[in-house]
Order: sequence, then structure tokens, then C-alpha cells
Amino acid sequence: MSVRIHSYDVNREFTMGHPVDYTRRSDLQNVDHVFKAEITNTVNLTEHEKLFHIRILDPTERDRFHFHPGQFVMVVLPGYGEVPISISSSNSQRGHIELCIRKAGLVTDVLHRAAPGSHIGLRGPFGTSFPVERMRGKDVLLIAGGLGIAPLRAPIFYITERLGDYGKVSILYGARTPKDLLFDYQYEAWRRIYNVHLDIIVQEPDETWTGKVGMITALLEGMEIDPDNTFAIVCGPPVMFKFVCARLQEMGIAMQNMFVSLERRMHCGMGKCCRCNVGSTYTCLDGPVFDYWSVINQKEAI
Amino acid sequence: MLYKTITKSDFEHLIDFILEQNEIIAPRKVGEKPDGTPIHQFLPIEAFSEMDLDYSKTEYSAKTYFLPFRENLSTWSFGDGGWKQDIQYRQKPRAIIGLHACDIHALLKLDKVMLKGPFPSPYYKARRENTVIIGMDHEPCGSGFCASLGTDILTHGFDLFLTDIGDRYFVAVDSDRGFRILSQVPLAEVTDEDRRRYVRARAAISEKQTIKVHTRNLPTLLDLTFNSAVWEKWGSKCLSCGACAMVCPTCYCYGVKERVCMDLASASKVKQLHSCNLVDFAEVAGGHNFRPTREHRLKYRYYHQHRGFAEAYDEPMCVGCNRCGDTCLAGINPPDVIADLEQENP
Ligand SMILES: Cc1cc2nc3c(=O)[nH]c(=O)nc-3n(C[C@H](O)[C@H](O)[C@H](O)COP(=O)(O)OP(=O)(O)OC[C@H]3O[C@@H](n4cnc5c(N)ncnc54)[C@H](O)[C@@H]3O)c2cc1C
Ligand code: SF4
Ligand code: SF4
Ligand code: FES
Repeated sequence: MSVRIHSYDVNREFTMGHPVDYTRRSDLQNVDHVFKAEITNTVNLTEHEKLFHIRILDPTERDRFHFHPGQFVMVVLPGYGEVPISISSSNSQRGHIELCIRKAGLVTDVLHRAAPGSHIGLRGPFGTSFPVERMRGKDVLLIAGGLGIAPLRAPIFYITERLGDYGKVSILYGARTPKDLLFDYQYEAWRRIYNVHLDIIVQEPDETWTGKVGMITALLEGMEIDPDNTFAIVCGPPVMFKFVCARLQEMGIAMQNMFVSLERRMHCGMGKCCRCNVGSTYTCLDGPVFDYWSVINQKEAI
Repeated sequence: MLYKTITKSDFEHLIDFILEQNEIIAPRKVGEKPDGTPIHQFLPIEAFSEMDLDYSKTEYSAKTYFLPFRENLSTWSFGDGGWKQDIQYRQKPRAIIGLHACDIHALLKLDKVMLKGPFPSPYYKARRENTVIIGMDHEPCGSGFCASLGTDILTHGFDLFLTDIGDRYFVAVDSDRGFRILSQVPLAEVTDEDRRRYVRARAAISEKQTIKVHTRNLPTLLDLTFNSAVWEKWGSKCLSCGACAMVCPTCYCYGVKERVCMDLASASKVKQLHSCNLVDFAEVAGGHNFRPTREHRLKYRYYHQHRGFAEAYDEPMCVGCNRCGDTCLAGINPPDVIADLEQENP
């Protein structure tokens, strides 16, 4: 008599009647499999921020890669680490994506030194997205402070590619100094091609600056909005979206119709490491995009 | 559920049978505290005699066999200007003997996070699926408050669960795998006398559960006491050492680091358990820390255990084993902290 406990191979299994193929090419792509990608171009935006044009190498993987505006990827540098970065491009381009990355520490520093042609890894996409579908037919306020313009570009692309589906579209953008303004080469396009109302403000002007000066909330003063018919997407540091959302609330927009993107430390992107926890939610699963009502109802969210 | 009884000597034979071809992890006495109380840990055993089933609580929980302190998530080999990624998640079949109800509840809670949500973890799943759980009833451990959290009783989550009814074990069988293992020894049907003895044994255990912690209204209470001075009181004692999370059977948070091999030919992505009490837990690039003080972090640990997790998974994460309280050098323990919170809001 003897007992041998059966070995169970996780690579081949059936769960709840559905075959789950835990091979590296299917489900694991979302778990720990890394897409190999190439940096095809780097654009110097400011002293600290670069835009990376990235292409997933495998044609099938590239074609299958699909994300919603507001989602992020984990950028993997084997041997260095991985960092969460919002996708800053149009989701109609599938596995050709753009990431706007600030030099902030170890991994982002190595990235900033990478030349076109370098290979990086991507995991994802992860997280929730801005409900751009639900915003169809409505006016949309797209508001960014500082680096917040990076995640905001994805919904901007989405909406400007479908202008007929939306009402009035406004982009409000604030930065600390004129030198910190990102994507200045796109302003003309947004205004002239897409006829978007674009308003820009800086806090600390220099000699060359002829535009508006002040806090981002100043751009909302005197603006005519139809609160019941307006959605807002607000991206930026917590102090910024706190003031902006408070102002929008005064203007009559419901908290459920304002969306912000939270930033937390992340080590997995899959609701496992807990590092991104805010109150009772994981920023990587239930966020990074939250409606403002959920944000003020989570402890420690702002 | 199927119920059988076996004799105690047959249980010993059963362990020997399993040991012939499989690894067994069981409670072993590894030392004594200064006051003479024994110290137990879950460790691999070679023979029945090495295990001590008459233990009250292990210092570490069996979590370490499912979420090891450190594990390799993937390996990179470099070459030709590129890299190859290798992911392994294999686990040799094994059995863990002698888990108490609270520790099995802890695994069920971990299952919710690791398997039931999006992105099920294949690493965890491999370990879970390849581990036979043979649990056991026991006398209350002394400092635990499992009864207050309902984790002293168990209805699933094991292959076999044994209750001592004198000269025999009363065995609950919850899987075919468990049944096949059990069938290696002579089984007896449950008699009326067995049933009476089982009910008495359970009642005797329950009677000894004297520690009561009011946990029912904790989620709201924790919301209402978020800015309370209680957190300053306990937080100022905390050493931010993270020991509580290491011994806790349900704490699962971790960090990931890359380790590069000396010859630069390969690197691995290494996962290591972390603790929300450690200072860098919520620190982000640029130095901003979302929980800068000990108060913030200690409060967050309680908040996640009893409030955040409860909202997300409809039950608290804590199973009330009080390992965190037993191990904390600063004397921070859930019954006292929770009692203080109650005082705050009479
Ligand atoms: C959802 C999300 C979207 C983001 N989008 C962008 C973006 O579009 N552009 C951009 O420039 N930055 C973005 N960030 C911030 C970016 O992730 C951090 O700047 C980056 O992780 C810094 O890593 P590092 O290795 O250079 O810094 P270090 O301080 O050397 O290392 C910190 C390590 O902590 C971990 N970490 C995980 N999350 C963070 C975090 N949020 N901040 C800091 N450390 C973190 C990483 O493993 C990182 O390697 C985003 C963050 C989140 C959470
Ligand atoms: S509560 Fe106790 S065990 Fe936990 S980190 Fe603080 S001092 Fe360490
Ligand atoms: S928090 Fe403390 S009492 Fe609760 S399960 Fe963890 S170690 Fe046990
Ligand atoms: S990043 Fe790990 S849980 Fe969210």
C-alpha cells in the first residue's frame, strides 16, 4: 500500500468548464509574459521628459495589443526593473504606442539613455480607462496639469478622431513654467485641425511668455458650461485635481461625471502586491482612473 | 462531505504511506521559549515521530509554503543583443499535516486574492493544487481570537480534517484526493457514539474560546476613527519592523527586484514579501510617501485587514490567530488596538 499524490500541471487546466491555457503565449501574456518591443524614436520634450515611440516586435502580438484610453503598461527593462507608465497615444494604432516618460529614478533614467533601436519589454495593458464611450454626445472638458498631459493624450486622440460623436471639446492645460509645457508642436493641430478650444496657462512666466499666467483653475473662470451635459477628465497631481474638481463641482458637474487618474507605487499591476492600495481598492485594478466620487470616498486617496 | 473514523494507529500508518513517495510538512517542535513554552514551526518531516500534533500555534504560519518569502518570478538570459524570458511554476506534490482551522481559513482568503480575481497567479496555483491539506481540530491557542471572526470552524478548504474523539479520529473528507489517500487504511462508518463524542469534543473546544474581540462593526468603526489619537498611541510604539506581516497567515503584499547575475549573462525578477509597516511601502519616485509616518502605516495595516479587504471580499482578511500580537516587540496586538478603538466611540 502506498499513496502517490497526483501532480497537477498548471499549464493545462480547465476552470469552471472553460479551458484555460496557461501557456506563456496566452494568459500569461497578461501575467508575467513580456512583449518584446523596440523604441523606434525618441523625442526630447523638455529637460526631464521624453516621448518614446514604441513598436511591439511580434506582428501577431502587435496586432492583438489593444488598450483603452487611460490604461497603463508596465515597461520592463530586464535586469533593471519595471515601471508603470500611462499610454499616451491613440488606441487605434494597436501595438504602436507612445509613452511620455519623466526621468525620476533608476529605471526611467536608463530609459532616457536608450537610443532608437533599443529593445524594451511591455506587460499589460492594465487598469481602468476613461469612459469615453459614455461621453458620446456630451461636451467634454479635458484638463491637465504638468505631466498629466501624458495620460490625457490618449482620450484626446480618441475624441479628436471622432469629433462628430462629441459636443464641445475643450482642452485646458497648465504648467509651472513655459519650459515645462509638453507637446507644444500639437497645439496648432488641436486648434486648427480639430477646432478644439485649447487654453494654456503657466504659473511662473518668463520673458518670452505672452499667454495667461496663474493657476489652472483660472481657466475655468468665466467659462460657459452646460453642467448636466458635460463630462470632465482631469489629470495631474492630487493638489491640482482637488482644486479643479472642487471648482467643477461648484459649476454644477456631478462628481460621477469627473474622472481622475491616481498614481501610486506599483509592483505588479495585477492586484497582488498591494503596494498601490488606496482604501479598499487597488489602483492598478479598480484604477488608475476613478470617478471623483470614488476618490473622495476612499481614505487616503488625496 | 463524507465522514469516517479511523484509529489513531492507522493515522500513523497513513502518514508513513504518504511519506514513502511524497513530501510532508508538519508542525515540529524546534525549541522552547525562556518560560518553557514550546516553539513550533511547519517543517518537512521524515517520520511520523518528528511531528508534534499536540501544538497550539506555530510561530510562522504555513503561508510560507504558498507565498514563500522570496521567489523567482522569471529568469532572463541575455545574448545576441536581446534576451529570453523563462517562467517556471512547478511544484512537487506534497501534503501539509496538522493545519488548524484558522490557518486553513487564511488559505481560503489568500485564494480569493490569488485565484478568484483577475490575473490568477499561476505560481500560487501550482503550489495550492499540488498540496494536500490534512487539517486538525485543536484546543484554543491561548492568545487567538478566531472565534470572534468565525474562523475557528471550517466547512471546506481541506482534503481531510481530523477531530480527536478519544481513541479514534473523526475525519471529514472534502475531496476525492483526500478519500483516496484515506482509503489506504481501514475506515469505519460514523456510529451514534462517534457522533456524540464529536459534538462533545467540538463543544469543549468552543467553551475554551474565551477571548472576545468585537469585530462586527469594525469597518464603520475604522472609518470613524481614522483621525483618532488611538493611532498615535499605538503608532508611536511601532518599530516599523514588519515582523507582524511576516508571521501573519494572510498578509500577502510584496515587492519586486531585479537581480543580475555576476557574469551579466542572466538576471532574475525576484519577488520578496514586504510589509505595509515598512517605511518605503508607499513611497514613489521623487520621494513622496503616501504613508510617511508609523501611525499612517500601522493604521493602514489594520484598515486593510478589517476594512479595505472586508469591502472588497465581503470578509475581513484577519483570521484572529494573533501571531502578529505574539511576535510584536512593541506589544501591539489586535485585541488591545481594537478595544481602544471601541473606547473611542462608545
Ligand atoms: C498608473 C501610473 C501611470 C504613470 N504614468 C506615467 C507616465 O505616463 N509618465 C511618467 O513619466 N511617469 C508615470 N508614472 C510614474 C512612474 O511610474 C514613476 O516615475 C516610475 O515608476 C519611477 O521609476 P524609477 O525606477 O525611475 O524610480 P525609482 O525611484 O528609482 O524606483 C522606484 C521603483 O518603485 C516602483 N514604482 C512603482 N510605481 C511607482 C510610482 N508610481 N512612482 C515611483 N515608483 C514606482 C518601480 O518598481 C520603480 O522602479 C505613472 C505611475 C503610475 C502608477
Ligand atoms: S506592529 Fe509590531 S511587529 Fe508590526 S511593524 Fe510595528 S513593531 Fe513591528
Ligand atoms: S492580522 Fe494578526 S491576528 Fe490577524 S491573521 Fe494576521 S497575524 Fe493573525
Ligand atoms: S500594483 Fe500590485 S496590487 Fe496594484
